[in-house]
Amino acid sequence: MKSLQELAAIREKMKGKVNLREGSNDIRVVVGMATCGIAAGARPVLNAFVEAVEKEGLTDKVTVSQTGCIGICQYEPVVEIFEAGKEKVTYVKMTAEKALEVVEKHLKGGNAVLEYTIANNK
Amino acid sequence: MKELSLNILDIAQNSVKAKASLIEIEIDETDEKLTIIIRDNGCGISKEILEGVTNPFYTTRTTRNVGLGIPLLKDACEQTGGSFEIKSQQKNEENLISGTEVRASFFKNHLDFTPLGDTVSTVTTLIQGSPDIDFIFSHNKCGSKVFLSTLEMREVLGEIPLNSFEVIKWAGDCLKEQYQDIVK
Repeated sequence: MKSLQELAAIREKMKGKVNLREGSNDIRVVVGMATCGIAAGARPVLNAFVEAVEKEGLTDKVTVSQTGCIGICQYEPVVEIFEAGKEKVTYVKMTAEKALEVVEKHLKGGNAVLEYTIANNK
Repeated sequence: MKELSLNILDIAQNSVKAKASLIEIEIDETDEKLTIIIRDNGCGISKEILEGVTNPFYTTRTTRNVGLGIPLLKDACEQTGGSFEIKSQQKNEENLISGTEVRASFFKNHLDFTPLGDTVSTVTTLIQGSPDIDFIFSHNKCGSKVFLSTLEMREVLGEIPLNSFEVIKWAGDCLKEQYQDIVK
């Protein structure tokens, strides 16, 4: 079984890194996790973002967080991306696969995947 | 909902909104019955509102006027012949403790039983979303037990936030390993 000693090792490894991260996150990925979002499949979408952001080494730049109902339940799972100085991008009817594409093209490459935005899914 | 673990995630989000500092999720399972208990120390629900929460047309949301979380869970258990109960206490002159407990029992062999699904993802999603809240998860199945407490984790981690990727991954792996032992 995973031991608390392993957790202590994680702590040692991460010490000092924590303060460095503070304030440097300039992109926020927000996943709707109310009843509507959860029922539509938001849990795997959130997990895909969390894993891909880590894998691509974007954790210093990007935070992934959860929110309640955004009010457009018919478009769930909904993901909003906030970036300082830029207009908010709203992705709709998301899946884990689409999330990986958004991480690659938008978070890493700097170009929104227009195909999945609300403007192109009305 | 496709899995009961999603209902658990959904109901636990209500506890988060109720400003709980501790949320306990307990699953008790025998060959024929499965019981889910979600208990929090949040602000509680008033008597008047408590009477209405199982009504699908009740919600506290401001974006629209229907709330489905509790009715969905109630339906999911009642369709198997099981039972649903919600108890809540708000702080007042006599009571210094507040909180809510949701208890749903299911008959597993009923045709309409929804599978429990991925409880590990539910727990890691909750920790990821609310790293400052403590969660105690336990799943008792025919004498074996899967257990995770963020209180214990926090003691070891000190100032390291619980939503750090490595920590979430550790929590998920820890639960998965325990589930493997249960299955054997």
